[in-house]
Amino acid sequence: MTEPTLADAAPPPLVYDDKLVAGILKDVRTIAIVGASPNWVRPSNFAMKYLLGKGYSVIPVNPGHAGKEIWDQMTYAELGDVPGPIDMVDVFRASKDAGGIIDRAIELKDEKAIKVIWLQLGVRDDDAAARAEAAGLTVIMDRCPKIEYGRLFGELGWSGVNSGVISSKRPKR
Amino acid sequence: MTDDSKKPDGPHEFGFETRAIHAGARPDAETGARVTPIHQNTSYVFEDAEHAADLFNLQTFGFIYSRLTNPTVSVLEERLANLEGGRAAVCASSGHAAQFLTFFTLLEPGDCFIASKNLYGGSITQFGHSFKRLGWDCHFVDPTDPENFRQALKDHPEAKGVFLEALANPGGLIVDLEPVAEVAHEAGVPLIVDNTLATPYLLRPFEWGADIVVHSTTKFLSGHANSMGGAVIESGKFDWAASGKFPGMCTPDPAYHGLTFYETFGDFGFTMKARAVALRDFGPSMAPMNAFLTITGTETLGLRMDRHVQNAQKVAEFLESHPAVAWVSYAGLKSSPFHDLAKKYLPKGPGSVFTFGLKGGYEAGIKCVETVELFSHLANVGDTRSLIIHPASTTHRQLTEDQQIAAGAGPDVVRLSIGIETADDLIRDLEKALNA
Repeated sequence: MTEPTLADAAPPPLVYDDKLVAGILKDVRTIAIVGASPNWVRPSNFAMKYLLGKGYSVIPVNPGHAGKEIWDQMTYAELGDVPGPIDMVDVFRASKDAGGIIDRAIELKDEKAIKVIWLQLGVRDDDAAARAEAAGLTVIMDRCPKIEYGRLFGELGWSGVNSGVISSKRPKR
Repeated sequence: MTDDSKKPDGPHEFGFETRAIHAGARPDAETGARVTPIHQNTSYVFEDAEHAADLFNLQTFGFIYSRLTNPTVSVLEERLANLEGGRAAVCASSGHAAQFLTFFTLLEPGDCFIASKNLYGGSITQFGHSFKRLGWDCHFVDPTDPENFRQALKDHPEAKGVFLEALANPGGLIVDLEPVAEVAHEAGVPLIVDNTLATPYLLRPFEWGADIVVHSTTKFLSGHANSMGGAVIESGKFDWAASGKFPGMCTPDPAYHGLTFYETFGDFGFTMKARAVALRDFGPSMAPMNAFLTITGTETLGLRMDRHVQNAQKVAEFLESHPAVAWVSYAGLKSSPFHDLAKKYLPKGPGSVFTFGLKGGYEAGIKCVETVELFSHLANVGDTRSLIIHPASTTHRQLTEDQQIAAGAGPDVVRLSIGIETADDLIRDLEKALNA
């Protein structure tokens, strides 16, 4: 009963205020998805299509698919190749690869006007996040913007998910 | 942290009673209707072909067909997930259907699971007989010692889960949840708790380490015995990938075009799979009307449960003092071996379903249920009305006498589900029957 369990090894779960997350999703317009896959059953492809449908400008970044389109959007090999500003970098790569991408985003912060780095569900690098925050970037880890958008703006409850939202205000459409 | 929690607009945790009324149920966006509308409707118009494709691929959230999702049922699902402190829920046509959705999502043919032997008789039959025909074995253990679960998991290393009723039906038995959850997690499998008799108002299994909660919403949640229903709720905290025991969650699912549910939906992946595969392919959906009535029921859950347990305590104390009664198994009584566990896990009261034994045995049990006038003689629990049944001749009659006794439903046993009528009227009715 006192043997360590698998759960003991994991760092404590991250907690973000709903207002912070909702503010990010309201403010950002251009999202670069690093690790966007052209394969339509992959989560990155799901998220990209969903975010396009919500009116975001989404730019896929994937060296293996550079020069080709995903959901009609041109794919670039790396963040530095993306033309124009990037409000948010959304990372669909394993935690071990996240640090390098975060450091690249810090380098490009001023050139690309990057404000937010978002690491997907299951992706977390606390040290790299601290470097990004020290550089003035907002960092969200271990979350999916598609799921958070759905949760905070009412759609996720349609799938029986607990949004945590309590309000007697009529939702705005 | 700053002291934002004390500011009126700072972060705030709403209380149970508030959430029981509001969770999942904002006013209707189109009409402003304050009460959740009954969407007595089967199918939903797509915006265009692309939207239809996105919905079918689970790439966006929305409604396709009421076998999968319905806006009225969704409100109840979110509310139950919220009240249990869980991540997500999927409703079903009954508690039994909810159990089927749970195990179909968890198990492959040839898999097994461990269950408490103190369960609702219908669950014992479902697990012990009907599930066998699907290639799923269930090994039952005495739940009063958590070591029994450890031993069973050692004897059956291929087991994929542990199932129990924390407040068991019909025996007034309480399982020590915390150590059983530890035992399950050491084996890398989820603890599944049927929380029907306690409801989240009295007990929240996730706070003690459970990973999945199932309900028959037919009982206290709807509360008025007018709607069948069930629910599966996941905590969102179980790591389906860690043990390698759940390929159905963690590898591409051929039943859903190669989607990997845990990777795609993370902490509500189990619920999504239960809905998108098990509910889709077997179809035991909750009716919108039943969801509406259950939503209405949950709004008064706290008020009703307080009265249920007050009345149960009074009736149990009366029965314990009556000379025709051999024993009363209610954890609210000091004489109960589960009294201390009740104080730990169910501080607001150990429910209102319990059993008592008659010195006159089987015949006295039959006579009692036939003599009462205010108590309804029927096979249900968790009604506003007080209910009585003799399990050995009804709910548990398909079990052998040994199984009946093991399940706390021996020949002398009468089960009560105490309602929210005037307690003295209930005592008078029972006194008349016992003295007859």
